[in-house]
Amino acid sequence: MSSQSATPASPSALRLSSAHHSFADRLGDPALRALAWLASGVAIVILGALAYKVFALAGESFSRYGLGFITSENWNPSQGTNGYGFGAADFLFGTAVTSFFALLIAAPVSIAIALFLTELAPRRIRRPVATLVELLAAIPSVVLGLWGLIVLAPMMRGTIEPALQSVFGWLPLFSGTETGLGMITAIVILTIMTVPIVSAVTREVFATVPTELKEGALAMGATRWEMVRMVMLPYARSGMVGAVILGLGRALGEAIAVTMVIGHTVNGLHPSLFATGDTLASRIASEYQGAATSLQISSLAYLAAILLVLALIANVVARLIVRRTTVRLPVGLGAPN
Amino acid sequence: MSPRETASLAALTGDARLRRRRMLNHGMEALATLAALAAVAVLALVIGSVLLKGIGAINLDFFIHSEVPFGQTGGGIANAIVGTVVLVALASLMAIPVGILIGIHTSEFARPRTSAAVRFALDILNGVPTIVTGIFIFGLLVVGNQQSGWAGATALAIVMLPIVARAAQEVLTLVPSTLKEGALALGATRWRSVVRIVLPTAAGGLITGALLAVARVAGETAPLLFTSSIISTTGVSTNPGHALTSIPVRIFELTEGYSSNERAQAWAAALLLIVAVLALNLLARWLYRRASPASSMGTRVR
Repeated sequence: MSSQSATPASPSALRLSSAHHSFADRLGDPALRALAWLASGVAIVILGALAYKVFALAGESFSRYGLGFITSENWNPSQGTNGYGFGAADFLFGTAVTSFFALLIAAPVSIAIALFLTELAPRRIRRPVATLVELLAAIPSVVLGLWGLIVLAPMMRGTIEPALQSVFGWLPLFSGTETGLGMITAIVILTIMTVPIVSAVTREVFATVPTELKEGALAMGATRWEMVRMVMLPYARSGMVGAVILGLGRALGEAIAVTMVIGHTVNGLHPSLFATGDTLASRIASEYQGAATSLQISSLAYLAAILLVLALIANVVARLIVRRTTVRLPVGLGAPN
Repeated sequence: MSPRETASLAALTGDARLRRRRMLNHGMEALATLAALAAVAVLALVIGSVLLKGIGAINLDFFIHSEVPFGQTGGGIANAIVGTVVLVALASLMAIPVGILIGIHTSEFARPRTSAAVRFALDILNGVPTIVTGIFIFGLLVVGNQQSGWAGATALAIVMLPIVARAAQEVLTLVPSTLKEGALALGATRWRSVVRIVLPTAAGGLITGALLAVARVAGETAPLLFTSSIISTTGVSTNPGHALTSIPVRIFELTEGYSSNERAQAWAAALLLIVAVLALNLLARWLYRRASPASSMGTRVR
């Protein structure tokens, strides 16, 4: 609203109001304005301070290893032993593999769910089903991790991994011994965590497709799927890309649930999804408390700095893309970490 | 076009190609339905497992006793429950007022460019991995000091802030400007119009945002690992000057043990946490649909 409307229109109104104006009223306006400005300032300062502090903590490791840290596979925190040193490559690999495959599964599933909710579901069950899918994002990640560790992992080792191996065993991805705890279990957990957010954003994107376009396609004799394929998906393409990148941002940063199921032992750039591994976030979560040397703490902060940069890129790109499609993004969606 | 219409058209023309298109359509519809079913099934599977495995270890002792040293049997999570309540309450006291003030800034004072910048900063803050938030507060408040409830609560507050503030921005800008102009035209000062008209009108949405943020951080582990997890006493403590344990951190620790007692307690704690978090979520949604005038204006806040 415009600030002009704050000025009372008639002199009598002015007199009337000024009679009511106590000390609190004269103080109230500037105080509220100042507090409101301050609050917005706090949000921006926190963001800046956060980035500064994480990079500052990483300083010791950065001055020791430079950017070579990113490509070094060596991570040996036992001081005094041969090869004591730190590098991020194994964890970058773990983060890339788990996030990529999680989104590879989550993207089509989420789009299908969004299509079901916008086009197929009877009006009565739309809201309940949408709520249930979103509640999936509300499950605390430590609970999902516990479930992954005790229920999902044995199921993966006993049933799913052998089945995948018997059918796709010729692919390096599904070679090696089934462990239950490894990259593939982390991928399943991350898929579960990203589907709610990707499908929620995709649903918002689909809601922006003009009804005339959809009806036009149907009137031309297209089946519902042809309408989806020829009208909705092309119209919503960039929004869907944004939704998936937003999901990627979530997957990259998930620490607790992943750390509980991924097995931690790194195996280099191993092609098998059954192998154990570690992501940037899960290594920080598992090692930070037991860190013995300041170089180790600093190297873990270096991992955090890399993670921060990746998450920031994913979020900025996703928001820029999605904002172009004038979609209101869900706030507060996403599992507690 | 409804399946029946398509079908009759196919019968009329006897067109094999049309039949194929119809089959494809049905196949795709089935896949979409299956995807939605799968998501709901996973939710049911997780909640079902937690319920089945957790319910057995839930008893009065579990709630009123604190944790016992590693390896001993018995004990409960009283200290973790109290710790979570203290941490989340402190975080709420920090984040909710600031978040609502940010919303007031956007709806009352800021120029569009400024509020767009603030909104962008909040969205980015919302995208920061919470483990990184934990490291930030570790570097800010724990290094050269010690872990404390204050540090943990501050980390949780940073996770809450973008959720509360974005929800506040959304609902406060939805308050009809006619209402505000009415208040101002009657001679109310700006702050009186905000306190008496704007905030009460948007109360439902503001409470929803706050509840969602509380539900979110009540289950957070990562921001607390390095800020409030190494406790000096296993008794119940409400003093935020020392590290306070919490339900999520306790679950995380319990899963590192392999005794059946620890496993059972982990599941029971998970059951308590999941019930609390889901109840808060559902309450927030229900309140929003009931109380907020904004919801009748066709906009949703999650």
